[in-house]
Amino acid sequence: MSLIQGATGEWEIVLGLEIHAQVSSKSKLMSGASTEFGAEPNSQVSLVDAAMPGMLPVVNEFCYEQAVLTGLGLNAQINLVSIFDRKNYFYPDLPQGYQISQFTDPIVGPGVVKIELADGSFHDVGIERMHLEQDAGKSIHDLYPSQSCVDLNRSGVALMEIVSDPDMRTAEHAKLYVSKIRTILRYLGTCDGNMEQGSLRADVNVSVRRPGAELGTRCEIKNMNSIRNIGMAIEYEARRQVDIIEDGGNISQETRLWDVAKGETRSMRSKEEAHDYRYFPDPDLLPVVLEQSFVDAIKARIPELPDAKYERLMSQYGLNSYDANILIADPENADYFEIVAKGVDAKLAVNWVTGDLFGMLNKRGFTIETSPIKAEALGELVGLIADKTISNKIAKQVFEFMLETGDAPAKIVEEKGLKQVTDTGAIEKAVDEVIAANPDKVEQVKQKPKMAGWFVGQVMQATGGKANPQAVSDLIKAKLGLED
Amino acid sequence: MSDLTNLTLSDAREKLRNKDITAVELAEAHIDAMQQTAGLNAFIFNTEEKAIEMAKASDAKLAKGEGGILEGIPVGVKDLFCTKDVRTTASSKILGDFTPTYESTVTANMWADGAVLLGKLNCDEFAMGSSNETSFYGPVVNPWQRQGDDTQLVPGGSSGGSAAAVAARACVAATATDTGGSIRQPAAFTGTVGMKPTYGRCSRWGTVAFASSLDQAGPITRTVRDAAIMLESMASYDVKDSTSVNVAVPAYEKALTGDIKGLKIGIPKEFKVDGMPEEIQALWQQGIEWLKAAGAEIHDVSLPHTKYALPAYYIVAPAEASSNLARYDGVRYGLRVAGDNIDEQYANSRAEGFGDEVQRRILIGTYVLSAGYYDAYYKKAQRVRTLIKQDFDQAYAKVDLMLTPTTPTAAFGIGENIGDPLTMYLNDIFTVSVNMAGLPGISIPAGISANGLPLGLQLIGKPFDEETLFRAADVMEQAADFTALPQLMAK
Repeated sequence: MSLIQGATGEWEIVLGLEIHAQVSSKSKLMSGASTEFGAEPNSQVSLVDAAMPGMLPVVNEFCYEQAVLTGLGLNAQINLVSIFDRKNYFYPDLPQGYQISQFTDPIVGPGVVKIELADGSFHDVGIERMHLEQDAGKSIHDLYPSQSCVDLNRSGVALMEIVSDPDMRTAEHAKLYVSKIRTILRYLGTCDGNMEQGSLRADVNVSVRRPGAELGTRCEIKNMNSIRNIGMAIEYEARRQVDIIEDGGNISQETRLWDVAKGETRSMRSKEEAHDYRYFPDPDLLPVVLEQSFVDAIKARIPELPDAKYERLMSQYGLNSYDANILIADPENADYFEIVAKGVDAKLAVNWVTGDLFGMLNKRGFTIETSPIKAEALGELVGLIADKTISNKIAKQVFEFMLETGDAPAKIVEEKGLKQVTDTGAIEKAVDEVIAANPDKVEQVKQKPKMAGWFVGQVMQATGGKANPQAVSDLIKAKLGLED
Repeated sequence: MSDLTNLTLSDAREKLRNKDITAVELAEAHIDAMQQTAGLNAFIFNTEEKAIEMAKASDAKLAKGEGGILEGIPVGVKDLFCTKDVRTTASSKILGDFTPTYESTVTANMWADGAVLLGKLNCDEFAMGSSNETSFYGPVVNPWQRQGDDTQLVPGGSSGGSAAAVAARACVAATATDTGGSIRQPAAFTGTVGMKPTYGRCSRWGTVAFASSLDQAGPITRTVRDAAIMLESMASYDVKDSTSVNVAVPAYEKALTGDIKGLKIGIPKEFKVDGMPEEIQALWQQGIEWLKAAGAEIHDVSLPHTKYALPAYYIVAPAEASSNLARYDGVRYGLRVAGDNIDEQYANSRAEGFGDEVQRRILIGTYVLSAGYYDAYYKKAQRVRTLIKQDFDQAYAKVDLMLTPTTPTAAFGIGENIGDPLTMYLNDIFTVSVNMAGLPGISIPAGISANGLPLGLQLIGKPFDEETLFRAADVMEQAADFTALPQLMAK
């Protein structure tokens, strides 16, 4: 447990998160309008989204399937009866004057998510519930001096709100939790997890207390869209609260915003200013009643989730926890690795994937999905190392050629004549020449056997790097009468 | 009043099919009638040119022996139904000149069946009212008057324009909507037939919402047969309305067999309210006799929670309305009254755009949904609603239909009750239970009050059993033989 040190003693942070994840779906929760990101303002707005008179919402069944799939992925209870409610408030980017959400009877009930801490230990975070709701539009206040603009493209887009229990105690917990939820959603294909585009945002509830004491008054930091900022906002907010309490003040329950530029949270509205949302069941929609068979059919579609994959990568490939964690962060990473690792040494494969490949992707701004080197090609390259056709060093050159030309590694090796020389006759000739040309070094190496490396280097240079370094080393040692 | 405007829908249909008349002639006669009765203020927007155009298209179809069940029939449409390219206001200032780019499912069904649009009909603002006095476009005048008294009377509401226009022969039939009695009460006040189908029978898509869980479209006509023909066209299952129900729409007219022998009619004792005028009681008894004479069995039934229906209705309906009307905020369409900031713009637009009754209901609705009051009001009202439904379920185990008066009084004078909302709300006392339980109900003209005004009787059916309802209503209509004409027509 990690506590904050205050002037008067230690304090514990208590954190609960509400994650808003946009459902991956071509159309909105209650209308047929498109959800594609980045379209012209107000070009993806149906009559329903604009709340024209007499328009009625109709639940998009696919969004519902996605929510059920997500609930199952969060090891959570699926409620066979769920009800859409109206959350009433006025705002220009909320055309209906209410958001359709689920209040008393959400689609998903309690669940649990496991996070792995830096020390390798595990921590469970309870999921209280998850419900479906409509997103609002976007208000743009800086285009005109005295008017605001509203873009309704997002209006009505399906969101899943995942509400955690107050089970996190450090900023690190919260960051790992968001990251884990994001990973699970990406595995399930129910949210793309793109935080920059706003597909995943979090409201963070922060309170502090003396270790083990009653819960303190919480403040909610709204609309966080980066994991790094979540961490910083929590650190700042917890410290702010401790300072207030230690100065004899009280925390007032309020909604706060994280100011990225200033690195501080500031008050947005107090509890007194909070809306009375007047929730009531939406009379335009009937309760959603699911058959258990519907849930079971979705359950059958669940892909292998990160926790299971983590275990399997370690047991099946003998990977360590560090490598396994890197690979499971994104299901595409693990898939890529498993193709590369087919029939070759897994350690070699993981080094190439998490080392050379990830380095290249990072440097060149690619993702694993857009990688110019496909998993099959890298697998072939690693295969060439494994069967000693080329050395690891030559493989790095081949990798560069692959990037340049897109050619298959075997073709590159063939055309460039990079094949490792294993013909001992040729290697022996080169060794003899190096020995003959350097009698002084021969004398020295007899005193200092470590100098054998110098001879290996010379021979490798002479053979253009194509000689098998092991074979060269063996020959040199034999010729010079060195102990192995 | 010409011979053409006096035709019922079914008569006009026969004459059109037999080519005794053309759709254009019929439309023109009604356009004349609309102009002659303009003083009633029933229509708030005429679509004469469109009517002639549509009638011509109908004539072309009829000439080829084609056409739908409403081919060439001139109808009025309550201004709550969105009509493509035709201004739609819900009789509210806040919608301004709002002109939809889309057509409500109900009216789209009717145009597909050949109906001809004469214009948009006045109604209470957002269908909130029982007298058609809350309309931004002014009150509708009932074509009926008390004997020897030229006081202008209300046509009832909220579908007052629909009822008045049909009674005054300004259109053959009209669409209407009923949330707590808004079809049946004005039908009773104007000597017309008003039919509210089962909740979910007609799509609500494209109809301006008042209270979503109660609103239901239906026809106002001059005969039961006409109502059956209209409903057959208006009703449909609609995937765009999640509360519409996927039950096939029967050919309702075929249900009018004239035979109700053995049909069990329930008389709910709780509807015998204190202070019910004698003539209403007598009318109810007369209805019982008519049905008995036709071979039906009469049974006393009990709907014990009836007395809670009206108060519960005036919680549920305003609650839903307060939320449904939030979209009229001056941001995207309709009236906008600027302010220094967005909150002021909201306040200014809604204060100027909504009339008193609408504001009253928004306030009530907001109150009953607010934190701390929700359980005491809204939630309790919903529980009452469940009990009312159960009352009907239990009664329907014993009977097929129920008979009640439609209203506690005949039409009253314009301005008489407008200052007293509670008295006004009592107009719905016999009709709201039907909405709360989602049942079909029909009002037929059954008699004349001592001072010469029409009175209605209401039949209530089982869910989605509009056929039995129509069959019994048809029998009662024949027995009642209501032939009186509004004074305006008799002149």
